[in-house]
Amino acid sequence: MQPRPEGAVRIAGGQGFYGDAPAALADLLTEEPDYVCLEALAELTLAILAKDRRRDETLGYTRDLPLYLMELLPALLEGRARVITNAGGINPPAALALLREAAPAMGLGGVTVAVVTGDDLRARPELLPPEFPPPEQLEFANAYLGVAGIVDALERGADLVITGRVADAALFLAPLVHEHGWALDGDPDLLAAGTVVGHVLECSGQATGGNHGGRWWDVPEPWRFGFPLADVTADGEAIVTKPEVAGGRVDFDTVRQQLLYEVGDPTAYLTPDVVVDMTSVRLEDLGGDRVRIHGVTGSPATGTYKVVAATADGYAADLSLAFGWPDAGAKARATADLARRRIDVAGITLDDWHVELFGVNALHGPAALPAGEPPEVVLRLAWKTADSDSCAAVARHVIPLALSGPPPGMTPAGRGRPRPSGLLALHTGLVDRAAVDAGVRVHVETL
Amino acid sequence: MTTRVADLAFARPGDKGNDADLSLFAPDRATYDLLVEQVTADRVRAHLGHLVAGEVRRWEVPHVLALKFLCTDALAGGGPSSLRADNLGKTLAGALLTLELEGVDAPPRARPPVDPYRHADWRLERPSP
Repeated sequence: MQPRPEGAVRIAGGQGFYGDAPAALADLLTEEPDYVCLEALAELTLAILAKDRRRDETLGYTRDLPLYLMELLPALLEGRARVITNAGGINPPAALALLREAAPAMGLGGVTVAVVTGDDLRARPELLPPEFPPPEQLEFANAYLGVAGIVDALERGADLVITGRVADAALFLAPLVHEHGWALDGDPDLLAAGTVVGHVLECSGQATGGNHGGRWWDVPEPWRFGFPLADVTADGEAIVTKPEVAGGRVDFDTVRQQLLYEVGDPTAYLTPDVVVDMTSVRLEDLGGDRVRIHGVTGSPATGTYKVVAATADGYAADLSLAFGWPDAGAKARATADLARRRIDVAGITLDDWHVELFGVNALHGPAALPAGEPPEVVLRLAWKTADSDSCAAVARHVIPLALSGPPPGMTPAGRGRPRPSGLLALHTGLVDRAAVDAGVRVHVETL
Repeated sequence: MTTRVADLAFARPGDKGNDADLSLFAPDRATYDLLVEQVTADRVRAHLGHLVAGEVRRWEVPHVLALKFLCTDALAGGGPSSLRADNLGKTLAGALLTLELEGVDAPPRARPPVDPYRHADWRLERPSP
């Protein structure tokens, strides 16, 4: 087990997205964390959950939550670790309803659960920014809440806290505020330090050698990835590490990549609880998969919360076709032009048409390295239409080119036919913090 | 020999809405100073061309030897509405690394073995093609 500094609270980053690996929790638990925080919501995740809820009003949470709870059950039941998650998605009460129903079968009886609500602003449209589309068009509209609701839940004895949209790092900052008694209107440097810890831990393996731009091929035992842990003392200093029994790596390179990940202006990283100056952060590589974080400064939070909403934005599908040598690129380009013309002749109106040549410049566009003739090219066609039927019809005018188009040797790069999926347009703005806070509720019950 | 950013540094991309952010990491102070001088927001904007429909801004993060670039309107609509295969810009760091540096004669970048886990004791199957 990794050594723990005196007085430190040990926090584990047990999930980095909806669809992450619950199996990693077993290794995390060997390090006896006080809190396991499960971050399930990327921006895109809310869109996925909105589609779920459109089909079924009892959905809208991340449906792998029970898998995580099963892994955590022994620690949870014995009170060794408390669990904080935003798996409630856009429908936290539905996640609670699921747990109530599943509690006997899962052995969750006796677990005290708290649900934090108030981030969903669809019922309070008067709070939304005036430039947003009319509320009846919104698939979801959620404010990014801070730690207050979670801290309240912990103070009321919750073993498991389920939230909707809160700032990712708030899941990790909340237990530090609770354990160390940091005041929410107190020293912003402490809140900033806790937020940095959360930011480093919130993407699971991305802090421990995953998605590694550096010497990724040297990361040890990559088939059994250790998720990150942090030991945080009351002065805000932290040591990031990983389970001793697991693979992965924690060093200056893995931590600094995650430190700046998805940060825009690093001098003022806005969160609901504090504004963090990421340029103040000092990292000290202690060796042995331990990195010390210190020197963090921040300033008080603004009077607004970020709100993200989405509206339906037509349908899209795609089709990938592979071509081999010789002249793979020419065959792919010709096929793209032929397909576009045939779709037009069929009378289908496209809102957007996107052509990518994998093996040439699909990913890096004009920044792609110049290369000779590629031996193989995958043509990816993607299109957008106003309605689902015409979106599906497009493929029927492209696939016949396999036999009835001059370029030879066209083969699908994947199996299965293109399926239309609904697109969502995201809308981002600011809402008044106090007005949102007035609607935040914390419900606590024992299963 | 042409020296590219990849020969000196590595990078990680991220996304928020329709914006992409790129973090560039130097191995030491001297390299960091060189990147500060050469990898300007204007050069990155020109290098990424039509991939970025908006602006490129840059910040220096010297304590961790990093530069941060924020590229607005860079994901063809953003995650849930982009038609790009890489709708979240997960591969955009590589596009930054192809940028050529001027007057720099660096050894070529460290590269992985062709089949990195070929000799790993946990490997189950025969070598990949």
